[in-house]
This record gives sequence, C-alpha cells and structure tokens, in this order.
Amino acid sequence: MNRRRLWAIVIKELRQLRRDRITLAMIVGIPVIQLVLFGYAINMNLRGLNAGIADQSGTAGSRALVMDMLATGVVAPVATVNTPQQLMAMLRRGEISVGIVVPPDFERRRSDGRPVAQVLVDGSDTAVQGAAAQLAQVPIDSAAPDMRAPARSTPPSGRISVVSFYNPQRRSAIDIVPGLIGVILTMTMVLFTGIAIVRERERGNMELLIATPLTSTELMIGKVLPYVVIGLVQTSVILALGVWLFAVPVRGSVLDVYLATGLLILANLALGLLISTRAQSQFQAMQMTFFVFLPSILLSGFMFPFAGMPKIAQWFAELLPLTHFLRLIRGIMLRDASLWELWRDVLALAAFIVVMMAAAILRFRKRLD
Amino acid sequence: MSTDEAGTAICAHGLSKRFGALVAVDRIDLEVPRRHVYGFLGPNGSGKSTTIRMLCGLLTPSAGEIEVLGLRIPAEAEALRRRIGYMTQRFSLFEDLTVRENLEFLAAIQGVPRRRTRTRIDELIGQYHFGGCQSQLAGTLSGGQKQRLALACAVIHEPELLFLDEPTSAVDPESRRDFWEKLFELADAGTTLLVSTHLMDEAERCHRLAILNHGVLVADGTPAELTGTLEGRTLIVEAADPRRAQQALLGVQGVLSVAQIGNALRVLTAVEDALAEGAANTRQRINDALAKAGQKARVATTPANLEDVFVAVTRNDKESEERAA
Repeated sequence: MNRRRLWAIVIKELRQLRRDRITLAMIVGIPVIQLVLFGYAINMNLRGLNAGIADQSGTAGSRALVMDMLATGVVAPVATVNTPQQLMAMLRRGEISVGIVVPPDFERRRSDGRPVAQVLVDGSDTAVQGAAAQLAQVPIDSAAPDMRAPARSTPPSGRISVVSFYNPQRRSAIDIVPGLIGVILTMTMVLFTGIAIVRERERGNMELLIATPLTSTELMIGKVLPYVVIGLVQTSVILALGVWLFAVPVRGSVLDVYLATGLLILANLALGLLISTRAQSQFQAMQMTFFVFLPSILLSGFMFPFAGMPKIAQWFAELLPLTHFLRLIRGIMLRDASLWELWRDVLALAAFIVVMMAAAILRFRKRLD
Repeated sequence: MSTDEAGTAICAHGLSKRFGALVAVDRIDLEVPRRHVYGFLGPNGSGKSTTIRMLCGLLTPSAGEIEVLGLRIPAEAEALRRRIGYMTQRFSLFEDLTVRENLEFLAAIQGVPRRRTRTRIDELIGQYHFGGCQSQLAGTLSGGQKQRLALACAVIHEPELLFLDEPTSAVDPESRRDFWEKLFELADAGTTLLVSTHLMDEAERCHRLAILNHGVLVADGTPAELTGTLEGRTLIVEAADPRRAQQALLGVQGVLSVAQIGNALRVLTAVEDALAEGAANTRQRINDALAKAGQKARVATTPANLEDVFVAVTRNDKESEERAA
C-alpha cells in the first residue's frame, strides 16, 4: 500500500465533501434533528398527565395525600370517581393516563405501615410509567402534618405502590440516547460509503481510476478514512447534546465511548463499501441500505428488548453491528463497564469489520469485465 | 511477436472479445510502431473502445495475445499502468474538483515525484492554457477545455504510450485542431499515441491507421497507402439534377456507393474483374445509365479519401459475406 496514493484519495474525498452541501448538512443535521425529536418525544419529565382520582377513604389525611400528589404538577385531575374499577375502565379507554386510588382503610393501613394508596398507570407508554414513579415518592409524613404521633411510628417510605398495566417491564428512557448514537451512525455511515464507489462508477471516474496504479486496498481505505472522522464528529454532537439537553450520564470512560463508537463506524463503513461494490446505481445502493437499516433499528434492542425476541430473530440480530454496539455503549455509559469487560461484543464488531472490508476489497476488481 | 525499444509499442495477435453471444472484437492482428499517432477508425459499435480497453488491461480478451511495451497483457497489466496514459471516451475527471485539484490528484496517484509535482503541474497549466481558470471547477469548463484537461491529466506522468478513446467527438473544429497540435507535440517528444475516432478528417491526420468494422480489422496502413488502393475508382459526377442522377446510378453494376456532395455526386466503383473488359466498362455503364435517365452529366475521376476507403472496405466485406452465403 502506497501512503501517498492513499492520502490522495482521502484529500480528494474531503475536497468533494466540502463542496457537497447536502451531505455536509446531513452530517450535522441528522444527529441534531434525530436527537431532539427522539429526545423530546421520550422526555420523562412529563407535566399535567390526565388523572382520575378515587378517594374511597375521604378523610382529611387522604385528601391531603391527593393534594400533595397534584401539587407535584405531574398529574392534573380530570375526573373524580368512586371505585378503582371505574378508573381502570377510563384507563383502558385512554381518558386518563394515571389513576390514584386511596382505599377505604387508608388510616388503618397508614398505622399498620402497609401501602396506603395505589397509582394505576397506563404502562403502554413507558414515559408515563416513569412519571408515575415520581408520584410514589410523595412522603406520607407530610401528607398528615397534623398527626405527628402516629406518623412518626410508621416507616417513612414505599407505601404508595405503583401498579403498571400492559407493560410490567420498565425500560429507562436514558437508554435511548446512547442507542441513538448507534442508530444515527448506522443510518449515515452506511449511506455515505454505500454510494461512494457506485457514484464514481456512475460519473465515469472509475474507468480513469482503474487505469492508474491505484490499488483496490488504497481506494477502499482511502474512501473509509474521511468518514471515520466525520462519524466521530457526529458522535461528539450527539454526546454533547445528550448530556446538555437530556442530562444523559456518561458513567464509564469517555475514551471507551469513542473506541466503541469507532468500531461501529468502521463496521458500518465497511458494510457500505460492500454494498457499493454490488450496487449498480446510487439509487440501488440507497435501497440496499434500507435493508440493513430497518432490521438494525427493530432487532438490535434499540426499540424492543432483545431478550423478548424469538431465538431466530436473536441469531439474526447477532449479525448486526448495532446489536453489539448497543450492548457496549449502554454498558459503558450507563453501567460504568469497561471495553475490556465487554470483550465479546468488541470481538464481534472487529470480526465484522475485517470480514466486510476484505469482502469489499476482494469484490472490487480493477477490470471492467 | 514482440515489442521492443526502437520499433513496436503494441503487438496483438488474434485478439477477440465476446460478450455472451455478441462478438465485439473478432481476431484482430495489430502492430503499432513507436512515436506514431496510430488511429482506430470505425463507426460506433465497431469494437474500438473494447480493443483499447483490452490493450491497456481493463478488459480480459476472450482469445488472442497482447504485448504492450514488452509486457504481456493482461498478466502484467499492473506494471503497464505506470507507463501508460488513458483518456476515456466520457469525461472521467472529477467535476467537483478544480482544474488544479484534478491535476494534483492524478500527480499523486500516478506517482509523479513529490519534488517535481509542483513544477510539472505549473508546466501543464501553462502548456494547456489553464492559467486563468486553474481554480475553476472541472464541471464548469467548456467541452474543449474539458478535453484539454483530460489530456493534461493523462500525460501528467509523461507516459510512453497514450490511449485516447474518441477524444474530440464532442468538440468544435477550432478546439479539435488545437488538440491535435498537442498530440503531435507529444509524438515528437517520443510518445506513442493510439487514437480512436469515427471522424474521417481526424483519421487523415494519423501516421497510420486501422479501420474497424463490426469488430473486424478490415484495412490498415498509412492514409496514403489506404487511399492509394482506390486509384481511379472514385468519380465525381456533375449533373443538373443530382437526386435523379443518383437514382439512376444506384442499380448500376460495379457501382458501390453514390453519395451526394452539394450539387455533385461522389461515386465509388468496384474493383474490375480481371476477366472483364477493363475499367472503362464501369465508366461506360455509368454513362449509359445517366443517358437513359436523360441526365446530362460530366464524369471525372477524383483522388480518393478515407471515407471512400471506409465505404470500399465495408462494402467488400458485405459482398464477400453474401457470396459466402
């Protein structure tokens, strides 16, 4: 491999990129738009959820508890009913998202230390679940400020139970932003290199290039390198916005985050190159990109939990770079794991890169036939 | 067969290329001398581009042997790529790079020594008149400028051998003349050039040329040799009503083609059969046909040109095919 020729390809790509306004806009625009859209759509700090209230106790203490819950601003009362059954019906019809039930034996439960109230939640929406959890934090002590003696004798917390319907498994929305790094990179990186080779063929540049001493390895690596840098820029944009707008924690090392992202970028670029050597036109390359993009989003565990998928889907998902990346990035950012501890997924991504890159280089012939 | 330093740059024997059922190039034998401008003349689809692509190792021949600059092709095609320049039929430089950036890119790819790159690019920008527009995007250049830039890029590493595939088919006559001046300058400096064209006036400028038709090499030689074979076979017929005269002449035995040129007709006659009564025979039949059609006409011989050669060799081809069938 000749360093000068490799560098010439990199410079050429960067110069062309500089003049390609739409692609430039895509590099920054897609991460920002996606992050803001996804980020706010999954915003957990919900205000004013429609709530129904069934206060069967009707004591001063129970009224104070309900008032405290409403005072958090998370819920806004739209209905007051008599029985939990009515609340459940309203929940099912979508008229309310949260139901607050104070049972008739509220006072006794409070003195016994048993759960004093129930919050019924429309669990089909994970964000609502998160919001309801806040309601459960309302302290019972302050709910009965005028009953100091019995209040002091009761345990201080965990006495409002949250019952989640339709989706008993809680998933943290914090998961979305690290995952989004992977989704955005899968979308843009595969597309960028997917059209890279086929574009030169369409514009007639390829016949010129293959008649020169340029080797296929130089061409392929030269095409990938500029986009690695671009991918890392995108990662930084998403991370910065994620931390700034959504307070996403980065518990593990930032270096590990970038290393993991670098692996995903290379994997996607290599896959794009392979697509590019197969596709006959830029349009075809885009179509092929979608074949990768959709399963990545659906099967990787970004949208639906991996463990819940049938075995066949899981095996297939293991072939997707995004699946492994999600495990890495969630591990690093949320659980403070190191890359070393997650070596299986690192290895899987590395193997994917080597296989795809080799296939792309081998498939690319310096011949017209 | 062999190529050597002094004499031959390209030598091919029995060169064929099939694409499925289509025979694009059919058993071509070729010898291109060094320091010559060698032309490939033929209509579209005659196998010119395919032959050029095989000669520079971009296509694998279905049959036949090729030796270019002492290298066996396609086996040693990689080594050949350092020593040749190739100008494609379609503009193949990067339209979103400037003139200078394109030159810089090719200098690096073709391995022009780093120290020489700057001076070489400045030299080419001067020679090919890009002084005023070296930072213009290649895509915004005119047709003639694009061709000049493509040539400058193809010769940046001073190749021994230059392949040009229909370099000037989309260029105005003025630019075309400039372009050919450059080609001869290169030949003088020691470069061998192989140029394909479907334009007769371009073919006439070549030192030697080969005529291709349906993938078959039907004639080769210097333009003078080729036109010399038609000595006395081309006639100019000046008639009052050239269209009627043309109708009259078309069926006459021994007339290969009748083309109207302004108010005159250019008539190409077949080689007389040795057993027949001589050249005057066809002339006689032409005069008879014109008289019969009531056309008063003046008939005179005229020097043959390459178009006549092309028509003659392709008609012979057809006739021999018909006879074989």
